[in-house]
Amino acid sequence: MDADRYALNKELAQMLKGGVIMDVTTPEQAKIAEAAGACAVMALERIPADIRAAGGVSRMSDPAMIRGIQEAVTIPVMAKCRIGHFAEAQILEAIEIDYIDESEVLSPADDVFHIDKTAFKVPFVCGARDLGEALRRIAEGASMIRTKGEPGTGDVVQAVRHMRKMQQEIARIASMRTDELYEAAKELRVPYSLVEYVHEHHKLPVVNFAAGGIATPADAALMMQLGAEGVFVGSGIFKSGNPEKRASAIVKAVADFRNAPLLAELSANLGEAMVGINENEIALLMAERGK
Amino acid sequence: MMRVGILAVQGAFAEHAACTEKLGAAYVLLRKPEDAAGIDHLILPGGESTTQRKLLHDTGLFSPLQEKIKAGIPVLATCAGLILLAKEVSGGEGCFSVLPVKVQRNAYGRQLGSFSAVGDVGDISGYPMRFIRAPYVTEVLSDAVQVLNETDGRITAVRYQDLTALSFHPELTDDLRIHREFLGL
Repeated sequence: MDADRYALNKELAQMLKGGVIMDVTTPEQAKIAEAAGACAVMALERIPADIRAAGGVSRMSDPAMIRGIQEAVTIPVMAKCRIGHFAEAQILEAIEIDYIDESEVLSPADDVFHIDKTAFKVPFVCGARDLGEALRRIAEGASMIRTKGEPGTGDVVQAVRHMRKMQQEIARIASMRTDELYEAAKELRVPYSLVEYVHEHHKLPVVNFAAGGIATPADAALMMQLGAEGVFVGSGIFKSGNPEKRASAIVKAVADFRNAPLLAELSANLGEAMVGINENEIALLMAERGK
Repeated sequence: MMRVGILAVQGAFAEHAACTEKLGAAYVLLRKPEDAAGIDHLILPGGESTTQRKLLHDTGLFSPLQEKIKAGIPVLATCAGLILLAKEVSGGEGCFSVLPVKVQRNAYGRQLGSFSAVGDVGDISGYPMRFIRAPYVTEVLSDAVQVLNETDGRITAVRYQDLTALSFHPELTDDLRIHREFLGL
């Protein structure tokens, strides 16, 4: 991937800012998401809550299913491949996906190496729990970052933890003397140039979204106020009582996330939220995959 | 004192705000109808036009902004903004429908079709253009529309009265000439 292609890929993420990216499993759901104001959709066969329930090995979705969703909507379409599974990524590139999510939600294909994302023309988004993970993914060629959170739970605690950790570490790097940055790069196990960027700009070099466990307009507003530039909503929408209404409410909450009277209005009469599972009730922590 | 309104419901509004700030102009981010009071310039940023159109209506910003546009305040529209202004849209719906052009959405295809180019934009020469899942103008519907740029035979920048609409993203570059011209600085 040449430098200009990488810049264009980071710039697509900039266009998604202030928006909501929704998990969808059918063309019908994709249309509901688009009509509700989603800025992009994530095409996958099973939403994380169902992946969790089904167990077993979870893989890239059927390209025919992804194509069906690409044909149903005009907004960008993303899809997930397994961590380290560069052949799945090649297939997604071949069907001209707009963004690949190298995702811990699927079963990892490689427990050591992530995909060399610089070998691709299509952009990648990757999950991270802290600044070190985020910068390592960026060094590998990711052009967008999201918190890992804990997918499929409807529990926002991990997304909050990951976003706070990242912001704290960014603030720490920003406050350092320049001669301390070399040691910081060593500690974080990341290239010096990326630490230098964070020091100068007080932010990641790519757009940073929140993901994992976001189920309500209030969850989305919380993540935006903690510094997210947009949100992914996975199971939270289509596992709820009234997907259309909830999707639209979350879109509006992200657009004006400090407007408490508006949030109160958006949170009213939304129907049943996703039931949810607490972090300490689950056996499998997806966020532990791929460091 | 100039007061630039930047539509801030979704997309790359922070980048436009940074350009405006660098040029020393005061701006306000538009999130609700009251925010539009007193603006004398309007910027419609890049982002997803379907999302922006929906939120323009949901937030109630559509009517005050439409009044401002009809009253003739200068408007700079980039990418999704071009779609919001166009009278006719292929592959999507219009919004303000005031700019007499026909626009094709996602005209270059998916993200693999995104590209960059350098070209003249009206009187501005050698301008770096970033096209991100961009639209272009397929048809000009009035003689009063001035074409400011054609790239590979496609119309990607137009001016009509006080409306300037671009397929590409000046807010993603360090080159402030388009913003400076728009703000009359």
